[in-house]
Amino acid sequence: MTLKVTRRQFFKLGAVGMATSSMAMMGFAPEPALASIRQFKLTGAKITRSNCTYCSVGCGVLLYSRGDGAINSIDSIYHVEGDPDHPVSRGSLCPKGAGLLDYIQSESRLKYPQVREPGTDEWKRISWDDALTRIARHMKDDRDANFVDQDAEGNTVNHWTTTGMLAASASTNETAYLTQKIVRSLGMVVLDNQARV
Amino acid sequence: MAGLAPTFGRGAMTNHWVDIRNADLILVMGGNAAEAHPVGFRWVMEAKEHNDARLIVVDPRFNRTAAVADYYAEIRTGTDIAFLGGLISYLIETDQIHHEYVRAYTDASLIVREDFGFEDGLFTGYDAENGEYDKETWRYEYDDEGYALRDDTLTHPRCVFQLMRVHFSRYTPDVVSSVCGTPRDKLQHVWDMVAATVVNDKTMTILYALGWTQHSIGSQIIRTAAMLQLLLGNMGMRGGGVNALRGHSNIQGLTDLGLLSDLLPGYMSLPEADEQDYEAYILDRSRPDLLPGEVSYWRYYERFHVSLMKAWFGDAATEANNWCYDWLPKLSETLYDVLHTFERMSHGDINGYICQGFNPLAAFPHKAKTTAALSRLKYLVVIDPLRTETAEFWKNHGEFNDVNTAEIGTEVFRLPTTAFAEEDGSIVNSSRWLQWFWAAAPPPGEAIPDTAILAGIFLRMQQMYRDEGGAFSDALLNLSWPYRYPAEPSANELAREYNGWALEDVVDEQRNIVCRAGEQVEDFGMLRADGSTASGCWIFAGCWTNEGNQMIRRDNSDPYGVGQTLGWAWSWPANRRILYNRASARPDGTPWAERKAVVWWNGNRWVGNDVPDFPVESAPTEAQGPFIMNQTGRGQFFARDRMVEGPFPEHYEPFETPIANNPMHPNNPLAKNNPGARVFEQDRANFGSFEEFPHAATTYRLTEHFHYWTMHNRLNAIAQPEKFVEIGETLANELGIVKGDRVRVSSKRGHIEAVAVVTKRIRPLQVAGRTVHQIGIPIHWGYLGETKRAHLTNTLTPSVGDANTQTPEFKSFLVRVDKL
Ligand code: SF4
Repeated sequence: MTLKVTRRQFFKLGAVGMATSSMAMMGFAPEPALASIRQFKLTGAKITRSNCTYCSVGCGVLLYSRGDGAINSIDSIYHVEGDPDHPVSRGSLCPKGAGLLDYIQSESRLKYPQVREPGTDEWKRISWDDALTRIARHMKDDRDANFVDQDAEGNTVNHWTTTGMLAASASTNETAYLTQKIVRSLGMVVLDNQARV
Repeated sequence: MAGLAPTFGRGAMTNHWVDIRNADLILVMGGNAAEAHPVGFRWVMEAKEHNDARLIVVDPRFNRTAAVADYYAEIRTGTDIAFLGGLISYLIETDQIHHEYVRAYTDASLIVREDFGFEDGLFTGYDAENGEYDKETWRYEYDDEGYALRDDTLTHPRCVFQLMRVHFSRYTPDVVSSVCGTPRDKLQHVWDMVAATVVNDKTMTILYALGWTQHSIGSQIIRTAAMLQLLLGNMGMRGGGVNALRGHSNIQGLTDLGLLSDLLPGYMSLPEADEQDYEAYILDRSRPDLLPGEVSYWRYYERFHVSLMKAWFGDAATEANNWCYDWLPKLSETLYDVLHTFERMSHGDINGYICQGFNPLAAFPHKAKTTAALSRLKYLVVIDPLRTETAEFWKNHGEFNDVNTAEIGTEVFRLPTTAFAEEDGSIVNSSRWLQWFWAAAPPPGEAIPDTAILAGIFLRMQQMYRDEGGAFSDALLNLSWPYRYPAEPSANELAREYNGWALEDVVDEQRNIVCRAGEQVEDFGMLRADGSTASGCWIFAGCWTNEGNQMIRRDNSDPYGVGQTLGWAWSWPANRRILYNRASARPDGTPWAERKAVVWWNGNRWVGNDVPDFPVESAPTEAQGPFIMNQTGRGQFFARDRMVEGPFPEHYEPFETPIANNPMHPNNPLAKNNPGARVFEQDRANFGSFEEFPHAATTYRLTEHFHYWTMHNRLNAIAQPEKFVEIGETLANELGIVKGDRVRVSSKRGHIEAVAVVTKRIRPLQVAGRTVHQIGIPIHWGYLGETKRAHLTNTLTPSVGDANTQTPEFKSFLVRVDKL
């Protein structure tokens, strides 16, 4: 069975009452009509499915970006809206989710690796290779100086407690998994994420 | 979520967002879902509108959730154990408990050791000098085979039920009202509404968030709620559960993957220093059943552990070297949590620190201490898409961050990373759904994904170890790195790895091949302890099978009309949506009520509208309990030795309390605050007294902002441009403050300034014969970004944590308010 609804009808139905008229719940997505009412602003946009990065409701969002996919043409996101198919959010976003575009494009986004040298009052731009090499050097030196293979009781502990890490609760599972794997292979035990606070 | 696991077996939201619509009663306490989880909260409104549900809010403030509630009761911050403990007592004394459920599905009938006891606020085994318990007596009595003794009549004086009854009998309505400041009639009204859900076809769901976790007794507050739901038979049911609404988009995933000091992926744990013997380590964690024939699923711990070691160390992990057991770091402290870490950092015992998408200067308590600690670091690495206060802690921002830059010798690296819209991957929402998303555009400038940054640092270190040698390097040199582009492991590769695959053919007991070498495992039941499988996170097994990525699924159909959408994304464990759903059926396998049914026994197997959280072929006659992760198979009223401060919850005052003593134990100073809490000396010296700082304060979020991120966003800055605090009318009148005045709020640790919002929504409470005023302080705003510059709220908060999790007590502390 297929059912054709326009996007506008779909939202109307949704507004009547989520339980009684739940099109999305029945598996009918308003795909065919998608393009027809967004003719102007969103014509030719690439739509990418994503999730809001703030709270744990995990609302579905659609990211609209332009760029024709050709080499030298860079996609940029210019519109964000709720994903009407999403069973929890059904197209809704709260004021935070509604402002996601401003986060993606915030003036405060960082663009280059930088360092603040001890005692100075400024950021200095450095290359990725410099940054990562200097950090690796710091970590190795600290690890070599302070790694504990045996504790005072003669237990093998193989741990490193003088460098620690906070992991990001907005990062992906894949980042988190890689973080866990690397951190433990180095013997680090000072590790937490926002779940601690 | 340290209160849930000792009760139910797992520390996660038990039901899910859409299921809230199936509730008949929604109790929101320790959270403000309408404000902090607005879109999820729509399902509460859905329950009200279409399921005739009622909504109760119990909170210090008449908040946005309260504004749409059917009933609101005020409460003093940090007294929820008293409120819920009194409710438990009321249910027992008025015989409004679900007898059949309690008898069959909880540990109420088990007998506790004779020498266990509780006196004037302390359980047996307290060592006042060290502030620690010896938990030896917190156990059941066992028979010769190691099974717990029981009395199914629940009359034995030492059965869990009777001990619990006596324990909470002290929480009479008068006592509770005096501790909580909740008027008696309101208390009674809430209790009666809750009691009505004891019947088979009515369920209550409890929604809570950081308003419960961020207390020195946070884990025990949550446990009290969990116990309440067991008494009412609301667990495993549609529209029931204890629902922890997590704060961040992937805080659940990071916890599932074990990014906490003591954990490994899938709630496995690192060994302690004295656990030198591999077999003893495994034995300790493969918890045997404590009642005959229970599932006690952790018995397979070794399968998950060995599979993890194979995923990490590949061929280097062999039976002969105990799967690289010595390579795992071992813990000399129970927790290396953040309070512990910043304490050490403030003493110069930490040299380097990496903050990945985390802003401790804004997010941790007692900002002055955090600043002092960061200033002692040799190097700090900040990986973030945005500017953060932490990365610039050395910069002088006038009154908001008054530091002496030249004196701070920390070398700080700031590395730009991708935001969610610029990367592929999955996050786990509060309902345990793993949802996959895709990059829509490249990141700005030279920003690169976290995975590339981490790999970049790691591969450089590896090379240095190869070139130069150095401290123990077997683990880091042998770390399995099967990625096509080593400098940037892809999300797909990593997801396939944490799902896991077979290294050799995997066979079942009848020697049938269940998974061929090289194939992805379909579920954690295929994992083996003999080294034939690899899996980076056993509870995620099934998310990326041979059919491909299950997390991208987008079938939102709901064929049963109950809101389960089993084809949308993928939920751990094994795509089960409602945890412990076996308990939605009677012991004989029929649903307690049709309208609450989740799974049932069809004569041959368990079927239903969800994936059974239970062995599908375990007949009701086998009488296995529904809480399959617990050694008893049952929900635990008695936490045994799994909680730091006692097997039953008890009310203790916040470390900064607006009253002179703990009304439950006025004459025992040891029982004033949580006796199991860890307090560092310099932090204790920084606690204020109610004589100097008379008002109880609590922090919270607003719907327009997310922590300290959205102040960098135009739209959010327009919506909520300036820092404010909420003050009740009565107190404002006393202090001569009117709406819009600027005020200074001070604690022992510092002060902030903000606009006063004078409100009827916070009322003075009568607590233990004293009038207590509460102040509401939103956490948002700082001195970076687009909003009006302001002090960070955590300038004020105390550095002390929950006894189990060390989550800071952000929700109860003392302040003074002065008009500027
Ligand atoms: S849109 Fe709002 S409710 Fe939805 S995930 Fe984002 S912050 Fe949470």
